Amino acid sequence: MKGFVFRAFDRGGMIFLGILLGVILLLGLSNQLLPASSPLHAPTYMVSLVGKYLTYALLALSVDLIWGYCGILSLGHGAFFALGGYAMGMHLMRQIGDRGVYGNPDLPDFMVFLNYDGLPWYWYGFDMFWFAMAMVVLVPGALAFVFGWFAFRSRVTGVYLSIITQAMTFALMLAFFRNNMGFGGNNGLTDFKDILGFDLQSDATRVGLLFASAAALALGFLICKSVTRSKYGKVIAAVRDAEARTRFLGYRVDRYKLAVFTLSACMAGVAGALYVPQVGIINPSEFAPAVSIEIVVWVAVGGRGTLYGAVIGAILVNYAKTYFTGTLPDVWLFALGGLFIGATLFLPKGLVGAARALWERRTGRRDPGKPALGPAPAE
Amino acid sequence: MARFLALLFALCLCLPAIEARADDLTGLIEQLNTDDYAEKEAIVAKIAATGDARAAGALTAFRDGDLYSRKSDGKVFIARKAESGRDLLDPITGEFVENVGSRDARRIGVNNNLRRAIDSALGALTLLAKDPKVRRAAAASLFGSPDPEAIASLDQAIANERDEAILEAMMQARAASVLRSDLDTATKVEAVRILAEKGGRDVMSMLKRLPADAPPELRQAAVAAIGDIKDRLALWATAQNIYYGISLGSVLLMAAIGLAITFGVMGVINMAHGEMVMLGAYTTFVVQEVIRNHAPGLFDGSLALAIPLAFLVSGAVGVAIERGIIRYLYGRPLETLLATWGVSLVLQQAVRTIFGPTNQEVGNPSFMSGAVEIGAMTMTYNRIWIICFAFVVLAALMLVLRGTPLGLQMRAVTQNRRMAGAMGIRTDWVDAMTFGLGSGIAGIAGVALSQIDNVSPNLGQSYIVDSFMVVVFGGVGNLWGTLVGALTLGIANKFLEPFAGAVLAKILILVFIILFIQKRPRGLFALKGRAVES
Repeated sequence: MKGFVFRAFDRGGMIFLGILLGVILLLGLSNQLLPASSPLHAPTYMVSLVGKYLTYALLALSVDLIWGYCGILSLGHGAFFALGGYAMGMHLMRQIGDRGVYGNPDLPDFMVFLNYDGLPWYWYGFDMFWFAMAMVVLVPGALAFVFGWFAFRSRVTGVYLSIITQAMTFALMLAFFRNNMGFGGNNGLTDFKDILGFDLQSDATRVGLLFASAAALALGFLICKSVTRSKYGKVIAAVRDAEARTRFLGYRVDRYKLAVFTLSACMAGVAGALYVPQVGIINPSEFAPAVSIEIVVWVAVGGRGTLYGAVIGAILVNYAKTYFTGTLPDVWLFALGGLFIGATLFLPKGLVGAARALWERRTGRRDPGKPALGPAPAE
Repeated sequence: MARFLALLFALCLCLPAIEARADDLTGLIEQLNTDDYAEKEAIVAKIAATGDARAAGALTAFRDGDLYSRKSDGKVFIARKAESGRDLLDPITGEFVENVGSRDARRIGVNNNLRRAIDSALGALTLLAKDPKVRRAAAASLFGSPDPEAIASLDQAIANERDEAILEAMMQARAASVLRSDLDTATKVEAVRILAEKGGRDVMSMLKRLPADAPPELRQAAVAAIGDIKDRLALWATAQNIYYGISLGSVLLMAAIGLAITFGVMGVINMAHGEMVMLGAYTTFVVQEVIRNHAPGLFDGSLALAIPLAFLVSGAVGVAIERGIIRYLYGRPLETLLATWGVSLVLQQAVRTIFGPTNQEVGNPSFMSGAVEIGAMTMTYNRIWIICFAFVVLAALMLVLRGTPLGLQMRAVTQNRRMAGAMGIRTDWVDAMTFGLGSGIAGIAGVALSQIDNVSPNLGQSYIVDSFMVVVFGGVGNLWGTLVGALTLGIANKFLEPFAGAVLAKILILVFIILFIQKRPRGLFALKGRAVES
């Protein structure tokens, strides 16, 4: 029985992935193969938009992994996302070479402008793609490791952890806003030209980035799935539901948390790295606490504790954001605020949870072995 | 008739005496009508030596190039441009004498050398003025530009002076002048001693400018005095830093104190707390607008009106939030966090829609503008008021918690909700009131912050992270912790700023708190016991 349930759940995941990849493939192909006059042609702006959504979805997935499955509400995941983005931005900056406004082959424009003598040491190596890609994962991972090591070892939990993650991203925002940090101050990094030799403005590159984002999302999904379905994942869920009890059973709770937190930060970094070439800029506003909290609401709306719920939430909320900020910009913050309130009050398990509850009531079926969605209610 | 004649005769006798004195000054002023600048300077010195304050007008006019001589008879007048030609005024009384054509009067030339001489002469003259403010200003200006020539007039003024403070200023001005003069070394050493007592940067640079060939005795005294002044300046700088720190700390205290109730006492993460502060600031703005439009005379009372109103507005919104949202989420702090964040977005956008996204101008009442100087530190009145206000609010809040039935019930519900309920306390009503109280105090904080910060829809956002840091650092559920936390962070910030810059100081503080929480996860003044763990 149990195996059947898992297989069914798994099948749902596979169907979800199949639909996702199918849609993305169709979108990319229709942009590339169909003429612009065709009614089925997907315009390039849509390709970029969907690509951006996919990176947000990967980010939401990383938050869901720690919040939905481990009970750690991080209000600082925007920081990991932005760090990954900056690593990618630095690589793209170095790729510009002497095509910048000042034509300096070594220094990016903003450094010439600020009278830098040479490249700061932490910019070394970013001209190599593999090094930059390693940094995309390693920098957020290292920050999460150090931060988590301090936090989990001394058992900072619950809202305290949320608040200090927020303080962390706030501190980083202040730091990156400084001009002499060597990251372009409040303008951030921009004016990118190409990636791996492909022109960033061309449609083909955009479709390529869309496919890369979809692939990263699928990979992230599979990693999360295998983590949560493993024995390891069971322990993590146990930590979420009864941390003290798990500890008494002899598990090193802090290590489990640290591992999953670091993994999640690496995923967020990858999401940021894919985000930057598609939107063409990375600046310190990504570190703003509000951005990190918004990520959490994507997950809450979709349904935490279900991986595809996070993806659906991220895409839906961001679609709504694009729609509202385009047509009724003033309404967007009301809508977002309402979403925060409504999701917590009326959709405690998100859209996915609500849909599942509806399905169970219609069919009158409830599998006793089915794992509960989200954390157990507080005692 | 005889008596009248006698009187007339007496008057005639007296007149020359009066005339002579006036003549003395008038005569001197007449003599200014010469082309020889050296002579002019000598005359100015003579005028100064008369100590006659009536000459000030003429000298001022001379310095400004408004002194003219009438071509017909060479008499000297103060001239003022008229519709046609010039109005000639008597140089001593300032009375109108006649109007002459542009060509009938000749300007008496003045150069920079002369201007300096006039300034010092004016300084000497005003040292004897009746108005103490003028005398004080004269002493101060002489101190600023010391002049050995002025020592004599200073001595005269010092002999006549009765006001202690002005006397001291004059002594200091004299000492500064003595240093420039060629008097003997002992007098100069004494002058250094007087100056060292005054202290300050200007004295320090004055002492540093001593000529290289000064006698060793004098040099020694100067070096010792400079060291002494440096020490005192460092002390004042520390005091100023502490004051700035307390000032920043009291702002943090104001912003965090309401949070100490909603988060510390109730355990509710209210991310909309900053918006309660913002509502208080906007209430102040509205009150001031109404007063400006309907009763401008009451402007100084606007804050007195705004404080209770802000408390009511923010408190009412707080109660509404508690009844509408938070009561469904007790025991789920993370959900509360998200929902109240939503509330904060809605409130921000509502204010933006109603009042616009730009900063609103909130004025300072007259008693809050200006500054007071103590030694080498400056304290602005509005900061002093906010410090006092923050402490008054803290004291009032403690009184409410300790001394009122509501406070008793609040503490009872916090410690053991079920037992409190069993004893007949309406726990949900207490919840609403507690949240309302915390929000209301945030509103009051908004009134205070409107006096020093921009009132914009983002006002709350800029304080929310800091407020949480204060409460978390100080220890949850403890108002003393909030006080100590706010002051510590404020002062630490101000001491780091000179070394690290404002932004880096803030980053260091945040990093410090993050590390601190590792060591003491419950803050500085942690509550102990089982209730904390749940």
